[in-house]
Amino acid sequence: MAKQVQVKTLKINGVDVGGRGDQTILQVAREHDIEMPTLCHIEGLSDVGACRLCLVEVKGINKLIPSCTTLVEEGMEVTTNSERLAKYRKMVLELLFAERNHICSVCVSNGHCDLQDLARLLGVTHVRYPYRYPRLSVDASHQRFVLDQNRCILCTRCVRVCDEIEGAHTWDVMGRGIEAKVITDLNQPWGSSETCTSCGKCVQVCPTGALSEKGKSVAEMSKRRQFLPYLTTMREERE
Amino acid sequence: MKAERPSDDKRWRLVDATMRRHGHEPNCLIEALHTVQESFGYLEKDALRYVALSLRVPLSKVYGVATFYHFFSMKPQGKHTCVVCMGTACYIKGAQNLLDSVRSRMVVEPGDTTSDGQLSLLTARCVGSCGLAPAVVIDNKVLGNVTESRLSETLGRSVEHEL
Amino acid sequence: MSSEGSVEGAADPGGDGKTHSLNVCVAAGCLSSGSEKVKVALEDAVKSHGLEHECKVKGVGCLGLCSKGPLVSVEKENVVYQDVEPGDAAEIVESLGKEAVTRLKCDMESPFFTRQTKIVLENCGIIDPERIEDYLAADGYEALSKALTQLTPHDVVDQISKSGLRGRGGAGYPTGLKWSTIAKSVPDSTGRKFVICNADEGDPGAFMDRSVLESDPFRVLEGMAIAGYATGASQGYIYVRAEYPLAVKRLRTAIRQAEKSGYLGANILDTTFSFRIDIRLGAGAFVCGEETALIASIEGKRGTPRPRPPYPAEHGLWGAPTLINNVETYANVPAIIRHGGEWFASRGTEKSKGTKVFALAGRVRNTGLIEVPIGITLREVVFDIGGGVPDGKKFKAVQTGGPSGGCIPAEHLDMPVDYETLSRVGSMMGSGGMIVADETSCMVDVAKFFMEFCMSESCGKCIPCRVGTAQMYDLLCKITSGQASMQDLDLLIELCDMVKSTSLCGLGQSAPNPVLSTLRYFRSEYEEHILNKRCPAGVCKMSNEVVHNG
Repeated sequence: MAKQVQVKTLKINGVDVGGRGDQTILQVAREHDIEMPTLCHIEGLSDVGACRLCLVEVKGINKLIPSCTTLVEEGMEVTTNSERLAKYRKMVLELLFAERNHICSVCVSNGHCDLQDLARLLGVTHVRYPYRYPRLSVDASHQRFVLDQNRCILCTRCVRVCDEIEGAHTWDVMGRGIEAKVITDLNQPWGSSETCTSCGKCVQVCPTGALSEKGKSVAEMSKRRQFLPYLTTMREERE
Repeated sequence: MKAERPSDDKRWRLVDATMRRHGHEPNCLIEALHTVQESFGYLEKDALRYVALSLRVPLSKVYGVATFYHFFSMKPQGKHTCVVCMGTACYIKGAQNLLDSVRSRMVVEPGDTTSDGQLSLLTARCVGSCGLAPAVVIDNKVLGNVTESRLSETLGRSVEHEL
Repeated sequence: MSSEGSVEGAADPGGDGKTHSLNVCVAAGCLSSGSEKVKVALEDAVKSHGLEHECKVKGVGCLGLCSKGPLVSVEKENVVYQDVEPGDAAEIVESLGKEAVTRLKCDMESPFFTRQTKIVLENCGIIDPERIEDYLAADGYEALSKALTQLTPHDVVDQISKSGLRGRGGAGYPTGLKWSTIAKSVPDSTGRKFVICNADEGDPGAFMDRSVLESDPFRVLEGMAIAGYATGASQGYIYVRAEYPLAVKRLRTAIRQAEKSGYLGANILDTTFSFRIDIRLGAGAFVCGEETALIASIEGKRGTPRPRPPYPAEHGLWGAPTLINNVETYANVPAIIRHGGEWFASRGTEKSKGTKVFALAGRVRNTGLIEVPIGITLREVVFDIGGGVPDGKKFKAVQTGGPSGGCIPAEHLDMPVDYETLSRVGSMMGSGGMIVADETSCMVDVAKFFMEFCMSESCGKCIPCRVGTAQMYDLLCKITSGQASMQDLDLLIELCDMVKSTSLCGLGQSAPNPVLSTLRYFRSEYEEHILNKRCPAGVCKMSNEVVHNG
């Protein structure tokens, strides 16, 4: 049974736009071709509001608001492109590049990487913070896939796709803070996981070279994500 | 999948009792982990697997929860524990020096256990005995207004005389 | 009874007709000073003097002056003995009804005792926290009974709103407003709403909640039950730190006794109101003080916060409307209902009503638990009640608000302690930790201490907090080891702004505060470290010194 959803009118960057009451600011903005950088968001999975790239200013609220988890409201006045936001977004990316070992020139995802694309888009040309150079592992124990912790940005797309779409919940995050990392099962080699179905969805949604297919060389790993909106639509139909 | 007790150890009954009290609801995961740690002293992988299967919680989720909370330990503790409180009041009153002194005297790093398994050295965010700062907890007993000499004397009494 | 709650004003708690009662503090502070042995020695002395019928020895909660423990109070006589040893027992027992033992007496006329106003702590140090009879004799459950029999839920919310009570967890959100939102929200599909007590006291340097739970646990249960009645919830949870085993034990005992006596459970006081309380143990995660993280933790998950809205008031525990207040907030409720909101509102300042409990610690003579009217000056707290800085050292700053707060310098000592003023000077009320630092503390080192705390307590979900705190910590290490440049200071300041503005939850949003406040008042200390490679307080080990000396 379709619920009655009200239409809301609001302003984004001074332009009048309309959206349904159950849509997020991000959805409405993208429907109106307003660009918004995102990393943890991916169409078809739940949103967590973690990467902070899609923060926007809303008139009357003194905090910045994540557009991926905030529903539109009548009369809202949203700014997505202020100088302040641009500065923070660049800083978010700088922090990510400094956090682990992102060496594009030797990465399987070079040229097909969401992080790299965003850096180019937002004009991050160098990183002003000291690189932390953590010592991190590469897990190649799975027959078909590789997990390279050096490239992981903890967006948790893999965790969510495995839980919400595949239903296996092989992935989760262990530890916390700067020590957090993604794991399979009881923090064991991926190849020894009892729950992994080897469906590969996690690899396809991964924004960077953290998850890749075996046998791909530098710059060869491009991700195929069309399955996600397809599966989501098919499941909605069935309900 | 039916969960089977990892061993005949009677302490599993305590873990079962906690889970039963909560109707084996997945949301009692943390309570169950508390009981495991209380009964066995730490969280072993077998225990995590058992709790995961009993409560129907994914393995990775159990591991994620167990490592998120600092109260849980994945390593067995020494026979004795020495917790140096690093809360603000203790820090201002010289807790760092106390920690350094135990570290060098007992040759153990915070979070680790001496090679003979006698003493685990731990730090705490705050044990809430700020009025008696600096505070150290040795084998669950709080010592207040600790000085380096008093600490080494107490440690000597409770740990070293058994060697 | 006297609302000022002096030791004198106590009722005869046991109602057992004994003339004297020796109250031994068995809260955590005095216990670790050896009060259990003192209690045994006093019991023996009472027996050996054949006074079993005239005098009882009772374990009570916090008497406040932790630095002078073990403490023993002589009930109804306004006498508190300090630094008591088992060997003093006979002398104390012999003096009953006569002149008190002068050499052990605390000065009850000292500001530490006379400047306090007790509402939350009115029973602390007077009742036996493990006996509901003691609580009942001290007007316990009078408020719940009044609420259930004379007031509608709406009336209760009204009284709380009138009282002007604000959340004592730190942010100071008006409690009445919060209650009325949950009272109005629609229960979930199975008719549920929840009341949660946040007892995961996480600020390092704070032990107010612990003391209240250890000294007067029934009070918190009563406050929660009243909240349940007012908001339409029938289930409550207390989320309490596993690191506080004594508080957990006393809470369990209190819940059991309250259930047995009909103050918890089905049909409380033979009304249609039913309310249960369960305990959930925290497991050592500061971020679980954030309400959405706390809810995740009660649900058995990793304690990571989620963006709000939706707020817990609409979508909280298991999706149902949920009220979350902290221990001290609930502990204020019974007194407000008993005496009326206006009575409460007559204390404090225009915008911040009532009293606040502080844990006074650090470089100050009298350390312990105090309750003062909001609006008192910092100078009165530190120098009158606290007795000033010992060992002839000079006062430097007082830290309030824990890792989310800031350091307040001497120039602001005469400002009133209230929510607005504290945040105006770059700190915050916080949950009530108040730590005094003297000239032997380096303020950059203090900032580094808190940043290390925030870094390791960050849940890791959002990037600004996860990586930003680590970068800020590294920069502070660089400064305190004499290796930083002024550009590093600029980077630090820029990161402070970014982490504050973009983090997902309160932990990250307030993590830069200790840096910002020390920069504001002690910038010269930063510059001294950077430009002259010198730590004015002599705390930080400069790497160039090591090289130089070596």
